[in-house]
Amino acid sequence: MTRKEPGFSKGIDWSLIWLYLLLVAIGIMAIYAVTSEDEALVTGFFSFKTDYSKQFYFFILAGFLGIFILLTDSKFFTATANLWYAIGIFTMLLVFPFHSRIKGTESIIKLGGFNFQPADFCKACVCLALAKYLSLPDLDFSKTKSQLIAAGIALIPAILSIMQSETGLALVYFSFFIVMYREGLPATILVVGFFIAALVVSTLLVDKNILAMVLLGITALVIYIMWRQIKRDRSLLIGIILISVLCIGIQRFVVPFAFQHVFKPYQVERIFSTIGKDVPDDYMKPEERFKLVLEGKKKKDPDYNVKQSKIAIGSGGVIGKGLLKGTQTRNKFVPEQRTDFIFCTIGESFGFVGTAAVLAIYLILLFRIVTVAERQRSVFSRCYAYGVASVFFFHIVINICMTIGLAPVIGIPLPFISYGGTSLLTFTILLFILIRLDGDRQMVLR
Amino acid sequence: MPVFNQSRSYIIRILFILAFLIILAQLFHLQVLSNEYEIKAEQNALLKKTIYPSRGIIYDRKNRPIVKNTLMYDLMVTPSEVRGVDTSYLCQLLGIDTAEFNNRVVSAIVKNGGNRNQAAAFEELLTPERYARLDENMWRFGNGFFLQERPVRTYPFDAGAHFLGYIGEVDSAIIARSGGFYEPGDYVGRTGLENTYEKVLMGQRGLQVLMKDNKGRIKGSYAKGQMDEPATAGRGLRTYIDAELQQLAEKLLKNKIGAIVAIDPKTGGILAMASGPTFTPNDLTGANFKKTYGKFVLDVSRPLLNRAIKGQYPPGSTYKPVGALIALDEGVITPRTGIGCTGAYYGCNKTVKCTEHWGGHSTDLKTSIAWSCNSFFSMTYRATVDNPRIGNVKDGYAKWKEYVNAFGYGHPLGVDLPSEDKGNIADTAFYNKRYNGYWNSCTNVSLGIGQGEMLVTPLQIANVMSTIANKGFYYIPHFVKSIDDEKADDTLLNKYRIKHKIPVHISDTVYNIVIEGMHEVTTIGTASTIPKIPGINICAKTGTAENKLVLDGKVVQLKDHSVFGCFAPMEDPKIAIAVIVENGGFGATWAGPMAYLMAEKYLTDSLRADRKTEADRISNANLMPSYLPRLQYKEDSVRARFYFNLTKDSAYIKKYLHKSNILPVDPLPSKEKVVIKGIDMIDPKNQITFSKRNTLTR
Repeated sequence: MTRKEPGFSKGIDWSLIWLYLLLVAIGIMAIYAVTSEDEALVTGFFSFKTDYSKQFYFFILAGFLGIFILLTDSKFFTATANLWYAIGIFTMLLVFPFHSRIKGTESIIKLGGFNFQPADFCKACVCLALAKYLSLPDLDFSKTKSQLIAAGIALIPAILSIMQSETGLALVYFSFFIVMYREGLPATILVVGFFIAALVVSTLLVDKNILAMVLLGITALVIYIMWRQIKRDRSLLIGIILISVLCIGIQRFVVPFAFQHVFKPYQVERIFSTIGKDVPDDYMKPEERFKLVLEGKKKKDPDYNVKQSKIAIGSGGVIGKGLLKGTQTRNKFVPEQRTDFIFCTIGESFGFVGTAAVLAIYLILLFRIVTVAERQRSVFSRCYAYGVASVFFFHIVINICMTIGLAPVIGIPLPFISYGGTSLLTFTILLFILIRLDGDRQMVLR
Repeated sequence: MPVFNQSRSYIIRILFILAFLIILAQLFHLQVLSNEYEIKAEQNALLKKTIYPSRGIIYDRKNRPIVKNTLMYDLMVTPSEVRGVDTSYLCQLLGIDTAEFNNRVVSAIVKNGGNRNQAAAFEELLTPERYARLDENMWRFGNGFFLQERPVRTYPFDAGAHFLGYIGEVDSAIIARSGGFYEPGDYVGRTGLENTYEKVLMGQRGLQVLMKDNKGRIKGSYAKGQMDEPATAGRGLRTYIDAELQQLAEKLLKNKIGAIVAIDPKTGGILAMASGPTFTPNDLTGANFKKTYGKFVLDVSRPLLNRAIKGQYPPGSTYKPVGALIALDEGVITPRTGIGCTGAYYGCNKTVKCTEHWGGHSTDLKTSIAWSCNSFFSMTYRATVDNPRIGNVKDGYAKWKEYVNAFGYGHPLGVDLPSEDKGNIADTAFYNKRYNGYWNSCTNVSLGIGQGEMLVTPLQIANVMSTIANKGFYYIPHFVKSIDDEKADDTLLNKYRIKHKIPVHISDTVYNIVIEGMHEVTTIGTASTIPKIPGINICAKTGTAENKLVLDGKVVQLKDHSVFGCFAPMEDPKIAIAVIVENGGFGATWAGPMAYLMAEKYLTDSLRADRKTEADRISNANLMPSYLPRLQYKEDSVRARFYFNLTKDSAYIKKYLHKSNILPVDPLPSKEKVVIKGIDMIDPKNQITFSKRNTLTR
C-alpha cells in the first residue's frame, strides 16, 4: 500500500490507514494472546491453523480488497449504491432457504470453508444506499415521507436480521439515525425515541405499579406547571392526558407483550441478566420458561459471561498482567473471548492503561471520520462518512459496554479487533470506500 | 450544500465523547478502584496446592526409629475421563463388581462437588500386592486413573501405641480451634506424642500455585513457580523410650487390664509406658484405622484408654513410704518408732486389719515397711494429721495434703501427653461437707494405707518411686529428650529440665532407712517370694488395692488390684517402675514379677532363659475380669435398643430377642467374689461414689 501512484495515493487520508493498521495489529495480538498454545511464533503465524494466523490471512485478504477499492473510481460507488443495496437485501433473503444450521443463528451461509453472514455485509450496502438517497438533489428531508423512506432503507435489513435471530446486528441499523439526524431529521424524533427507550428501560427496572404512579405524578406536575396555557387551550390538556395514558399503556401492556411475543426467551434472559434481575412472570410465557428449563438452556447463572468478563477486565488492574499472562483469558474462563469478548484480553493483559489507550485510538478514529465527513463537498460522501462513523460508534460502544456489564450481551464484534473474517472484511470495505471517496473530495459526486 | 445543519456535527461529537467517558469511568471503577475482581480472578484461576511435608520421625533412646513414614498409594479417578477404560479388568484387579465401580465413580463426583474433571480417591491406601498389580497395569487405564502417593506412619517395633498416639484427618472443631491453620483433609496428631509435638512433627507446609482453566483442569504452574514455597520436613523427636523394654511391657500386659510405667529417675525420662488391654500401633494406621477404631471404641475394656496416665487406682500400700517420709519430716515418728501389731489396728472405733499378725513385724520403721504393716501406717497417718504442733486435725490434714501433692499425687504431673488425669486427693472442704465439719483422723484413717479418697495414676506411682530413689527430687516424667535442630523457641521441653524438690527436710541417713525398708520388702518382706535378679538390689513396695464395681445395680467387691512400685539398683537407681494389674490380687502375684522382668531387661539388657519363660507365662495368663462379657452385653444391647428406636429396624435387636443369647445377670465365678475383708472402715455409701468413678475408668 505504500506504492506511490498518482490517482491511487493522491488525496488519501493516511491517518485513517495508520489507525486501521494499528487496530488490526492490536486485534491480531489480542487473538494471539488468547489462543496461542506452545507452537513456534513464525510457524504459528503462517500455518493457517491457529486463529491468529487465520485472522492474519483475513487481514491480507482485506488488505487486497482495500487496495482494490482504492483503485476503483469513486463514481463507481455512487453509481452502484442502489445496486449494492439490492444485492445486500437479496443475499439476506437467500439466507432463509440456504442458511447453515450452526449454533443458534440462522443468518449464515456456508461458502466453501467460509461462513458468510449477509446481515453483517449488508451494513455497507445500507450505508451506500442511505447516502445515495439522502444526497438526491431534489430531496426535501424535512418532509415526513422522505424521513420514512430513509428510515425504511435502514430498517428493512434490521427486520430481516431479527427474522434471522440476529437481534444484535438488527440494532446496528438503528445507528443510521445518527446520519439522518445530521442531515436534518428533527431532534424531537430522536428525543421522543430516547424517551420511549428510557421508558422501556425503567419499565424493566421499576415495579410496574410504582412506575405507573410516578408517571401519573409527572402528568399532574406538567398539568400544574402548564395550567395557564391549558386555560387558554383546552386541547393541550387532552394531549397531555393522552400522552400520559400512552406512556402507562406502553409500560403496562406493550413492553410485556413485546417481551412475550417478539423477543426470543433467551434474549429476554440476557436483557434481564444485564440489569441483574430475574425474568418476571409477565415478561415470559410460563410454558416458555418451562421449556427453557427443560432444554437446559436456562443456565444456573445467566450472566456468567458478563461476570467472567468483568473479572477478567477488573483483574487487569492499572497496568495489566502482561501479554500471555492473563489467567482468566488464557484459561478460557470468558466464553467467546476471541470474538465478542476480545476486549477482556486487552483489559486483563494491559490493564486500565491498555483499555484507555484502545478507547483513545477508537475516539481518534471516530473524530477523524467526522472531520473527514465535514470536509466533503458532496452530500453523498458526507452521508456515507457519517454512516461509517455511526456503525463504528455503535459497534465499539455496545461491544465494550457488553464486556463491562453496561449493555446486554447482544453479540456484535469489536471493529478490526474481534476475530472473524466477515466482520473484518465488512469493516475494511466500509472504511476504505470512505477513504476512496475522501480522496476524490474535490469532485462533486451525485 | 453549504453549512446546512453543520452545528449538529458538534452534537454528534459530544455524543461520542459522552459515551466514551461513561465507558472510561466504568473501566476506571473496575480496574483501578475495585480490587474485588482481582480476588475473584485468583479464586477462579489459581489453585493453591498445599505440599505436605513428611512428618517428623520419633526415635528411641538408642536412636532407632519407633515411628517413621512409608509411602502408600491411593488409586485416584478422574470421572470425566473414565469412558473407554477397561472397566472389567480394573474391577477384577480390585475385586469389585461393576455396580460398585459405578458407585465409586459417582461418589468421586459427589466428593468434588459435582466437578467431573477433578480427581478423587477411588480406593484409598492400597495393599502392597494390589499396588504392585495395579502399577503394572496402569497403562491400560489411560488418563482416567492414576496412583497417588500418600505418606503413612509405620511402627518398626510395632509398640508404643498408647503414648505415640495416631494421626487422623482434622475435624471441624480442630479447624475452628486452629483459627484456620488446618484445612479439611489435613492430617493432624490426634492423641499421644503425635498430638503434643504436632507443631514440631508436622514441619512447614509448602505451597504450589497452579493455574486451572474454566473446567478446573490444571494448566501448569503459575508465574513460573515464583510464588511457590517449598515444604520443610517435620523435625525428629529423640525420646527416652527403650523400644525393646516397651515391647516387653506390652507383652506382659497382654490380656490384662492395667499399666506399666518405667522412668529413669535421674532425668525423669520415660523408658516404657504400656497400658492394657494392649493393641499395636499398626492397627490404627492406614487402611486398618477405620476397621479397628470403631471396634475399640465400643469395647468395654476400653483399649484406647492409656491407663498409665488416665487409669485412677488406689495406690494401696505403695503409698506407705510416702506416709513414712511425711511423718519423719513432721517429726511425729522416728526411724525407731514401732507398734505392737497383732493383726489389726484398734486405735479407732473400726479396726484396720493387717495381713501380718506375728509379733515383730512392726518393731521399727524399716520392718514395718518390709512387712507393710497396716497398723503402723494407720498410726503414722493419724500422728501426722493430729500433729500436736499444729493442734487441729483440719490444719493437720491440709498440711498432709500439701506434702502428698508435693510428691506429685492429686494433680497432673505434666507429662508430654495430652489429657493426663490428676488422680484424687480429697481436700478438707470435701470432708467438712461430707461430715458436716465433724470428722477426725479416724474418719479417713484408711488414707494412711493408700485406700479411701486417694486415687493415683500409675505414672504418679512411678514418679514417687523415682523421687524416693533420688532422695527428694524428681523431674517431671516425659518422653522427649530432645528435638532435632532444637531452637530457642522450642519451649516445650523447658519444664522437663527443672528439678522439683520435695519439701521433706530429712537427712540421707533417714532416707536410707526408708530405702532399706523397701529393699527388705524384696529380701525378707512381702515381695521376697519373687525370684531375685542376681547382683541387683531392688527397692520395692507391694500394694493390694481394694476396688468395687456397680454391676446390675449391685455393689460388687472385686478381686484386689495388684500394685507394685520399685526402683533399682538400690545403690545407684537407674530405673523406677510402677505396675498395676487390675483384679490381679496381691502386689507380689502379678505386678511384682512383671516389674522385676522390666528391671532385669533394662539393667542387664537381656533376660535370662528362665526369665524368658516366666515372661511368656505372664504374657499368656488371661486376667481379663470376668464381669466384662456381662458389661459388654449390657452396653451392646442398650445401644441396639437406641438404634432400633431411631431406625425402627429390628435387625439391630434381633439377636437380643432369643432367650439363649441373654447373658446371665450374675456371671462372676464365686472365687472372685472376695469376702469383704481387712480395712472396711469406710461408709459403704461413699465407696459407691468412688466405685462409680472406677467403673468410668474401666
